Amino acid sequence: MGKAKDKSGPLARRPDNSAFKQQRLPAWSPILTANTVLPFFYLLALICMLLGVWLLLTVQSTQEIKLDYTELGNCDQCFQLRKNVSYAAQTCSCKVEFSIDRAFKGDVFFYYGLKNFHQNLRRYMDSRDDEQTLGRKTKLKNPSSYCEPFAKDVEGVPIAPCGAVANSMFNDSFTLTYHPSRSRTIPVPLLRKGLTWYTDKNVKFRNPKTDNLTLAAAFEGTRQPLYWQKPVYDLDPHDPTNSGFINEDLIIWMREAAFPNFKKLYGILNRADASFTKGLPKGNYTIDISYNFPVQYFQGRKEVVLTTLTWFGGQNYFLPIAYLVTSSLILLMAVVLTLAWWKFGKDGKNMKE
Amino acid sequence: MVRTRFELKSPVKTIEDFIKRFTPSRLTSGSNSSSSSSLNRSSNKGCSSLLSSPSAESTLTKLNEEQLSGTLEQAFSPLAPCYDGKASGNPEEGELRYEAESPDEAALVYAARAYKCSLVGRLPDQVTVELPHLGKLTFELLHTLGFDSTRKRMSVVVRHPLTDQITVYTKGADSVIMDLIKAPDTGNSKGKRQKKIFFRTQSYLNLYAADGLRTLCIAKKILSKEEYARWLQHHLEAETAIQGREELLFESALRLETNLHLLGATGIEDRLQDGVPETIASLRKAGLQIWVLTGDKQETAVNIAYACKLLDPDEEMLTLNADSQEACAVLLEESLHYIQAKFFCSSGDQSTKTFQSNFAPFEMYPSSSLSTTSSHTSHFLVHRLGLVIDGRTLAYALDKSLEDKFLAVARSCRSVLCCRSTPLQKSMVVKLVRNKLKVMTLAIGDGANDVSMIQVADVGVGISGQEGMQAVMASDFALPRFRYLQKLLLVHGHWCYSRLANMILYFFYKNAMFVATVFWYQFYCGFSGSAMIDQWYLIFFNLMFSAFPQLITGTLDKDVSEETLQQLPQLYVNGQNSEEYKPYMFWMNMIDAFYQSLVCFFIPYFAYADSDVDLFTWGTPITAIALFTILVHLGIETKTWTWMNWLSIAFSVALFFIVALCYNASCPTCYSPSNPYWTMQRLLQDPLFYLLCTITPVAALLPRYFYRSCQGTLFPSPVQVGRQLDKLPSDTRKNILSLSRFKMGSSLSPESPFLSLNKPKGSQNKQSSLLQTNKDRGQNSPSVPSHSEKHPSDIYPLAPSEQDISSYTRNSSRLYCEPKPPSTKDSDCLNETLQPSDLSLSSWIASTPLVTQTGSIHLNLPPDGASQCVKYTRNSEDGLCSNHVVQPAHRTVHVAEQALYTAL
Repeated sequence: MGKAKDKSGPLARRPDNSAFKQQRLPAWSPILTANTVLPFFYLLALICMLLGVWLLLTVQSTQEIKLDYTELGNCDQCFQLRKNVSYAAQTCSCKVEFSIDRAFKGDVFFYYGLKNFHQNLRRYMDSRDDEQTLGRKTKLKNPSSYCEPFAKDVEGVPIAPCGAVANSMFNDSFTLTYHPSRSRTIPVPLLRKGLTWYTDKNVKFRNPKTDNLTLAAAFEGTRQPLYWQKPVYDLDPHDPTNSGFINEDLIIWMREAAFPNFKKLYGILNRADASFTKGLPKGNYTIDISYNFPVQYFQGRKEVVLTTLTWFGGQNYFLPIAYLVTSSLILLMAVVLTLAWWKFGKDGKNMKE
Repeated sequence: MVRTRFELKSPVKTIEDFIKRFTPSRLTSGSNSSSSSSLNRSSNKGCSSLLSSPSAESTLTKLNEEQLSGTLEQAFSPLAPCYDGKASGNPEEGELRYEAESPDEAALVYAARAYKCSLVGRLPDQVTVELPHLGKLTFELLHTLGFDSTRKRMSVVVRHPLTDQITVYTKGADSVIMDLIKAPDTGNSKGKRQKKIFFRTQSYLNLYAADGLRTLCIAKKILSKEEYARWLQHHLEAETAIQGREELLFESALRLETNLHLLGATGIEDRLQDGVPETIASLRKAGLQIWVLTGDKQETAVNIAYACKLLDPDEEMLTLNADSQEACAVLLEESLHYIQAKFFCSSGDQSTKTFQSNFAPFEMYPSSSLSTTSSHTSHFLVHRLGLVIDGRTLAYALDKSLEDKFLAVARSCRSVLCCRSTPLQKSMVVKLVRNKLKVMTLAIGDGANDVSMIQVADVGVGISGQEGMQAVMASDFALPRFRYLQKLLLVHGHWCYSRLANMILYFFYKNAMFVATVFWYQFYCGFSGSAMIDQWYLIFFNLMFSAFPQLITGTLDKDVSEETLQQLPQLYVNGQNSEEYKPYMFWMNMIDAFYQSLVCFFIPYFAYADSDVDLFTWGTPITAIALFTILVHLGIETKTWTWMNWLSIAFSVALFFIVALCYNASCPTCYSPSNPYWTMQRLLQDPLFYLLCTITPVAALLPRYFYRSCQGTLFPSPVQVGRQLDKLPSDTRKNILSLSRFKMGSSLSPESPFLSLNKPKGSQNKQSSLLQTNKDRGQNSPSVPSHSEKHPSDIYPLAPSEQDISSYTRNSSRLYCEPKPPSTKDSDCLNETLQPSDLSLSSWIASTPLVTQTGSIHLNLPPDGASQCVKYTRNSEDGLCSNHVVQPAHRTVHVAEQALYTAL
C-alpha cells in the first residue's frame, strides 16, 4: 500500500539514463607516451623545418635600406633648428645621399620611420574623434571630449581633426631622386595614393558633406590643429580626393602604431615609369627632405626605409628563424624521447611488472 | 564473508511455543522455548549448521524453507511484543506484506508466518493472528509499553480471546530480561527443570552472540484480573499525570515487568549488506583508515567487525575496557608501550594471535630493545592491530587529558572499533580525529543516532534505509547501500578530485597566461595601460571564447575508467596525497603560464617588429594565438575526448572568429576609443597571421607536451598506468590485474601485500544471489545493476526491509573476554551522562589515511538492524565493563607471558 506511489515518486526524480548524464559518452582517451607522441613530434619538426626553410629563402630575396636622417649630413642643421620652437614656422630642407648596390626588384615601398615615438600611449591613442573624421557635421564643430585638450583652440574654435594624434602628425616630406650618372638625375616617381586600407579611405574617413561647396567651405568654422602648418582641407591642394580627412598621410598617421619604433608607408614606387619598371636600379640616390618634425623632445630618431616585400611582410628574419628554431627544438626533444623510449620504456608496460 | 544462513530452521520450536502460548491448555510450557533457541543459531556456513543441530525441527525447517523457496526472513517472534507491523496486502492471494517500524520486527513477523502463525490483522487495539490449528484469533491489545533505553525492553498486554486471560509479553535485551525472570522454585522438579532451561538458554544466547546474531529474550507473565486491575489503576494515573508523566509511566512499566517467565530467545541475523567486506577491503586498499563506531555491545560489534573484514583473525586485537579514568589512562599507556615495543623494536613475532588487551607491564620491555633495530618500521605506520574500545572507556579516553594518548594508540591500529558508543561520543570521536590528526574525515551512517557524527565530519554520507531518513537528511551524500560508498569515493571521489585539481590549475594558468601578455605589452607602451587586445576581446575571452571547453573537461573528464578505479583502489591515494595539486605543481604551472605568455607575446612582437603594423592588427592575432594556445593546452590536459570536447573547442574557435568578424565589420565609430574596424577581415587575408597562429602555439606548448610525454613514457604516475590499463583489452587487463602483484599498488599503499584485486564481478553477483535466497525474495527484489549510478530512490522503496547487515548474536557471549558473570546487575556501568540514548546499533567507521593523513573516512556500517525492539534488548551487558576491575590482574599475568615471548 502506497508502495506504488513511492515508487513513482522518487523514480520521477531519477536522472536520465542517458550516456551524457551518466557520464558514459564514448570517449577517445589519448595517452601521451613516446609511442603515440613520437610520430607527431617528427612530423611536426619536419613541417616546421620545411616552412622555416621556405620562409628563410623568401626573406632572403628581399632588400631593404634604412637611413636614419635625424642628424645625417646637412639635416643636422635642421635638427638644431627644430630644437627651438620659436623657429617652428621656418622651413628647413636638407638632402641625404645613399647608394644601392643591388637593384631592388619588384615593388619598392618607401616608409618613414620614427623611433621612440609612443603612438600606443593610452591617453595619446584615445585622443581622437573617429566620428569627426567620419565627417559627421555635428562632431566637426563639436569634437568629442576624448580630444581634450586638442578639441578647441584658445578661442574656442573647434579643431579639425581634433586630438593629440592628428595634432602630432608627421609632416616631413620626401623627394627621391635617382642619379644614374653624375650629371643625370631622374626623380623617382612615388605613388602617394592607394597606400591605405580600402576601408579606411572609404568608410572610416570621410570628409564632411560638401553640398557643392569647396572643401574649404565644408571645414568652415574649424581650425587646423595647433602644430599643423596648413589646414586639413589643404593637405593635398592638387587632389581633392586626397585632401581633408581622406588625405592618405593623415589616415596612415591616424592608424596608430603598435610599438614605439614604427614605420609608416609614405609612398610606393610607381613602376609605370620607364626607368623603374623592374624596381629601383642600383646606383646613387638622394632624398630631399623637408625637415619639419621635431624629434629631440622625445629623444626620437627619424629614418626613411626603402624595402621590397614578400608575401608575408617585410625583411624580417625572425619568423623563418622562429620556425627553424622550433623545428630543431622539436627534433631535439623527439630524439631525446626516442632514446628514452629505447632505453627504458620500449614496451611501454614496464611499470606493470 | 557472506553469511548464508538459513535462519528458518531455528524458529520452529519457537513457533510451537508461539502456538503454545496462545493455547490455554499449554500455557505452562513457556520454558520449552529455551530449547528452541538452540536451533536458532546457525553458523556461517549454512549447511554445516544443519548438521550441528540435527534435530527434527531443523530438518523440518529446512523442508519448510524449501517449500517457501526461501522467501522468509530470519528469526521468529512470539507475537513480537513491540510489534508495530501492519499487515497489508490481500490475504486472498496469501501474499501478506508487513511493514514494521524496524526491520527486525518485520523479520520476526515474517518468520512466524513461515511457520503458519501469521499476523493477519492489526488495529490500534487488536491483533489478529492466524494459527495453524486454531484459525484466526483476535487478541485484544490492552497496552503497549514502549521502548526506552533505560529499560531496554518493551511489553504488550493482551487479552486472550478464548480464555480472557491477560498476559504481558515482554521482549528485550537478554541481559535485562534474564534479570527479570522469576527465580524458579528450586524445590520441585519443575523448578529444577526451569532452572536448567534458564541456563541452557543463557548458553544458547552466548552462542548466538558469538555467531554475530542479535539476541532478544522473550518472556511473559500472566496477570490475574485483580493484579491487572491494580496495575491498571496506577497506570491510568500515570498516563493522565500532568507532572512527571514520563517517570510515572516508567515506574508503571517497571511494576508490570517483573517475575517473568522465560519464553525463549531469538537470534536475528542482521546481515551485512552486500559487498560490505569487499567495500571495506577496497577502501582500505585505497588508503583509508576505517573506524567503526557502533552502539552495539562489544561481542556483537567484534563479530560484525570480523564479518565485514574490518578485523582480521590474523591480527592482534587490543581491547580497552576500563571503568575508571585512571584505569583507562593506565590501559592507554600500556597499549602505547606495547605497540612501541612490538612494532618499533624488531621483535617480529606474530605468534600472539588473539592478543587480548595487552596489559603487559612496561617493565617487560627492556628499553634497550627499543634502540636495537629500529630500522624497519616507521613510527606512524599503521600496524596490523585492531583496537576495540567500549563506550565507557571511550568516554574516559575522550577526556582532554587522555585524548592524545588515545589517538596515539588508535592511529597506529589498522582498525578501530568503538562499541556501545552514544551519538554524542560518535561525534566527539570524529571531531577529535578531525582536529587532532588533521585529516579529512568522512562519516557514514544510516540511523538517527549517526546524525551528529555525520554533521561533524568533513564529509557526511547517509545511507537511506530502514532506519529512516534522518541520516540522509543530515548528510552531504545519500546512498542506498553501503557498498556504493566504494563507487562514491573511489570513482566519483577520484574523478572529482582530479577534475577539480586540474581545473584549478588550468584556471590559474589560463588567466595568468592571458593577462600576462597584456602585461608584457606595458613595457612597450610606456606603462600607460593600453592593451593591444581590444577591450571587447578582453571581456569576452574568459566569458565566452575560452569558457566552454573547460566546462566540458571539468565536468566530463575521466582520468581513469570507472572499472579500473574500482579494481585498483590504490589509485585513490592519488587524491589523498593531493598528487595532482601540489605546491610545486602550482608554481610550475605558473612558470609555464608565463613562459607561454612570453611566447605568445614575443613571437608576434618580433614577427611584426619594425613594421608598419597598427595596434589592433597586431593585438588581434595575439588574442587568437592565446586562444589557440589555451585550447590546445586544455587538450593536452584532457584525458578523455568525447564529442562534446571536440564540439566545444570547435565552437570556441568559431565563436571567436565570428564575434571578431561581426565586431570588426559592424560600425567604424561605435567602440570609441578603440577602433578595430575591418581588422580581422584584413588579417584573414594575411598569410603572416596564419604563420603566427601555427608556430606560436606549437612553441608555447612544446615544453608541456614534451614533459607530459616523458612522464607518460618514463615515470608514469599510478594514474597514468591505470589509464594505460584502460587501453588494454579487457581480458588482458584482467590478467594483469589479477596476476601481477601491482608494483604501483605496493608502492602506494602500505598495505597491499595482498592482491589488489577485488573478486571478479561474477562471483560477487553470485554471492549476492546467495544472500538473497536467504531473504524474502519479494522484498529484496532489486538486484541492482552494478554499473551506473543509482539514485537512492531506485532501491529504497523497493526493498524496504532489506537488512543486509550480517547477523550477529547479540547476546552476552563471553567468548572473547574472560569470565564475566552474567548477573552482575549492579554493575550497570552505563555512563548516564554520556549515553542519554544509546538507541542505535549502527556503527560507523572512521578512517584516516595510513601514511599520509590527508584524508580519512568515517563510515557507518549500514543498517545494523537497529530496530527499536532490538535495541532495547541488549542492554546491561555492561557486566563486561564492570568486571574489569577484577580482570586486569588476571590478565596481566596472562599477558605478561606473551609479552615475554615477544620481548624475547
